[in-house]
Parts: sequence; C-alpha cells; structure tokens
Amino acid sequence: MTLKIIVKGKAKGKIMKSNNPINFLGAVDKKTGIIRDATHDMYQKSLKDIILVFPHGIGSSVGAYTIYSLKSNGSAPAAMICTKSDLSVASGCALADIPLVIVTQDHFDSLKDGEEIIIDTDAEKIL
Amino acid sequence: LLELTKEEEAALKGESGETLQLAYRILAATGEATDAERLIPIEWAHVSGVNYNTIGDAGEEFLSKLSEDAIVKVKTTVNPMGYDIDSVSKYNLDENFIKKQESIRESYVKMGVTPSFSCIPYEIFDLPKSNTQVSFAETNAAIYVNSIGHLKTNKESAFSALASALTGKSPYSDLRKDLDSPNLTIQMKLENPNELELGMLGYFAGKVADSSVRISGVNKMDRRSCKSLCGGMGTSGRCGKFILDNDNKDSEKIDFDKEEMKNVYDELNTTDTSDLITLGSPQLGLEELSDLASMIKGKSFQKRCMVFCPRAIQNQARNLGYTGELKRAGCEILTDCCTCLTPLIDKKNVDGVTTNSIKGAYYLKNSNGVDVNLKSLSKIIHEETK
Repeated sequence: MTLKIIVKGKAKGKIMKSNNPINFLGAVDKKTGIIRDATHDMYQKSLKDIILVFPHGIGSSVGAYTIYSLKSNGSAPAAMICTKSDLSVASGCALADIPLVIVTQDHFDSLKDGEEIIIDTDAEKIL
Repeated sequence: LLELTKEEEAALKGESGETLQLAYRILAATGEATDAERLIPIEWAHVSGVNYNTIGDAGEEFLSKLSEDAIVKVKTTVNPMGYDIDSVSKYNLDENFIKKQESIRESYVKMGVTPSFSCIPYEIFDLPKSNTQVSFAETNAAIYVNSIGHLKTNKESAFSALASALTGKSPYSDLRKDLDSPNLTIQMKLENPNELELGMLGYFAGKVADSSVRISGVNKMDRRSCKSLCGGMGTSGRCGKFILDNDNKDSEKIDFDKEEMKNVYDELNTTDTSDLITLGSPQLGLEELSDLASMIKGKSFQKRCMVFCPRAIQNQARNLGYTGELKRAGCEILTDCCTCLTPLIDKKNVDGVTTNSIKGAYYLKNSNGVDVNLKSLSKIIHEETK
C-alpha cells in the first residue's frame, strides 16, 4: 500500500466517496459543508466529519479558502483521500490542518463508500 | 522528496515568525503534492481570495490577523473584490458586506499588494520576459500567461500564491519545468468558432485534460476568444496550460464536435429568458471595450447590461470616449469586481442572466443561484439591442 502524505495527521470516520472531481468554490457551501451543485453525484450531502474520497479538486483557486472556511465553521471533512493532487485542496488542507493523502487508483478503487476507516499518516496506514 | 534550505527549514519550524511558518507550511504541502525537489524564486504573485462573497468570515478574519505583520516580498497583484466602491450605494448591498469587504481590502493593502482588483493582470501590467517564473492563482490568468504570455506558473491556489507572495518562492514542479509535452490533444471540429464556442471548448478540455493539453484545429484567436477559452478551462479542471498545435501524432486524441458542445451548452444554459446581461468574466480589456463601443453605435440595450473591467482600463476607456458610448447605450460599467460571485447579482432580484462567459455561467448558476442564458456577444448585440 503506497500513500503519498500531503498533510499529516490522524482521523477516523466513514468514507463518503465520489468518482467525480470537486470545485470547492462552486460546489460546496462554505458554512454548512453541503454540496450545492445539482449536477454532482454528492448533491445535498454534507462533508462534515466524513473521510472524503474523491479523485481531485478542480476549478477555482479560491476553493482553498472554502476548505479553510469549512474547518472554521466546524463542517469540514475529517480527512481527504485523492488520486491526484491539485494545489487548492493541498493548500486548503495544509492551512486547515485536515489530513490529506494521495493513493494509487487501485487503492482508491478498493475504498468503499460508507466504510469506517482510520487514517494515520505517521504509521503511513489506512485501516 | 522536497528538500528545503537551512533557512527554509528554520522558517518552517517557526524560527522566523508565525507568518513565514504558515507560508512555508503551505509551500511544503504544495511542494509534496507536485513532487517538487526544491523551491525556486518567483518574480510576481497574483493572489485570489479578495471577494468577501468567496472567502467569507473565516477568510476575512484570517487575512486581518495575517496582515498584522505580513509583508509581501515580490510584486503582488490581486483579484477582483465584490463591488465597485463608486457605485455600490446604488445596489442595496447590506452594510455588513461592505464592512467585511473593506476589511479584506485594507488587509491586502497593509501587506503591500498593488490594489489592482482585476482577474486580467496580463492586460494591465507589462509581462516580464519569456520563461519568467511567476505565481498566479486566478485560473484564467494562470492559463493565459502560461499559454499565451510565455511565463511559467502552476495553476496556483489562493493560499499557494499568497505563500509565494510572502516568501518570493514556489515549488519547482509540473508546469514550471514544462519538460513534458501534453499527453492529450483535443481536436476542435467546429469551424470559425466564436468566443462562446471557444469557452465551451475550454470547459470541455478542462474536464478531460491533466495539467496541460494540446488543441488542434484552432489556428488563430482574438483576445476575447482566448480569454473565454482560458476562463472555461480554468473552471472545469486542473489544467493550467494549452498549446495550439495541429501536429498531434504522438498523443491520445479526443474530438470536440457539435455533440460535445451541446453537452456543455445543456449543462450551463438553464433558461431562455433573462432580465440582465453581464459582460465580463474575465473582465473586459481595452480592446473589448473599444469593440463593444463600436458594435453598439446608434443602438441601446433593451435590458440592464453590466460591463465589468479593471479600474485602470476604465480610466483609459474614458479618455478614449468608450465609456461615454457604453453608458449612452444603457451599460452599467463596474470596476474592481466581476461577474463571478459578485453580490450585486442576486437571485432575490434577478431570475435569469444572459452572458457570453462560460466561467460566469458556472458560478452564476452554482454560487449566485441564478439561471443562465448563454449567447455569443454578436448574438447579444443582435437580439438584445435596438
């Protein structure tokens, strides 16, 4: 299992998974953490306290502030797992102290929606 | 693995103060994320995260605290904010918004930025020499300077560009190296596309491309079309550069044809009627204002039309008589702000907006919550003026 650690930390929670990328500025309500883009498969779901598993961020550079706002408003994911890194998610998670790891496509495919997992970047493990 | 110099390492540990520690924490994360081995100097940072509507209270408080002792190290320009202070009183904006927006403006000014409030820094400042490393957050601007301006930047985030502004550095990776040629070519199948169609091409390309893409079948674009393509591309993906090149033998190819264009159109066009027209996103430059002024000679808009441009451009346009002509035709000219996420367009008093901007359409729909009617500029002039 190969993990690339972008932001260190430990987190525990339920996986919420999408195969679609996320434009945080456009698609996520920065106060509530609810997906408001009607074309996204996570429409109307909340990101609060879940382990967000998605391919990567897209679009606006200001999405980094959305991630920071989610944390300040107590509605942020507990951790994020992506297959590719983009700078909005990487820098947003760094500033908000949200653990962020990049995994291989095979590993991504093995992660199941609703599954309860623990991420520990010091041990380089997803359990 | 990212290797930092002794000073950078010390700053990351906090030995040079909280501000630099924060900046290096961001650069360390974006460096790891892009597999950089070191940081390199950059000459110009363009920062996003200025509009209170986009960064909210958390962002406003963050910048206010940061500005207590942070000072930018390199030339730093900034994105649009929420409104034009000269006309904001006409738009019924609540006092809290203005208070918070002014606080954000003050924080940036205190940090020593150039108060440009523009998403088209490439049209209002001279570009440095080819291959100069810069750090641009605004997505249309990053794509534009990489693809047309011959500068080098990754598709930075608001925080990574801010960290570059505070340190004068950025991770050396990805598009800054630009060793690889794009592994994907989009074959444009529509002939003589207008700016709306090129915006849709950009939106499509952003969805399917990685960090850079080759586009074949587009030989020449005017500035309006080129900005539209950059805006569309920046909205839908993580792609930060395109290369116009008809020689595409070594890469995977995907066609952008009528059917693909219809898919994009159907995703973003949500109504056939509107009560407002917006022009800008990206903001209009001097050429575009000049074009618009001549297109509407002797005509008037039949509904409200908001025209967004940088303050520096407005001043030039005024001297050349363009703004007078636009106002006569009924345009509201706004500086320092843009279509995307301006609180001046609200679903409480606007049902539908006609625009030629793909980027504007996406954010009007998702962030402002208003319906969008997409039309090219020539169609807007033809159908919406008398």
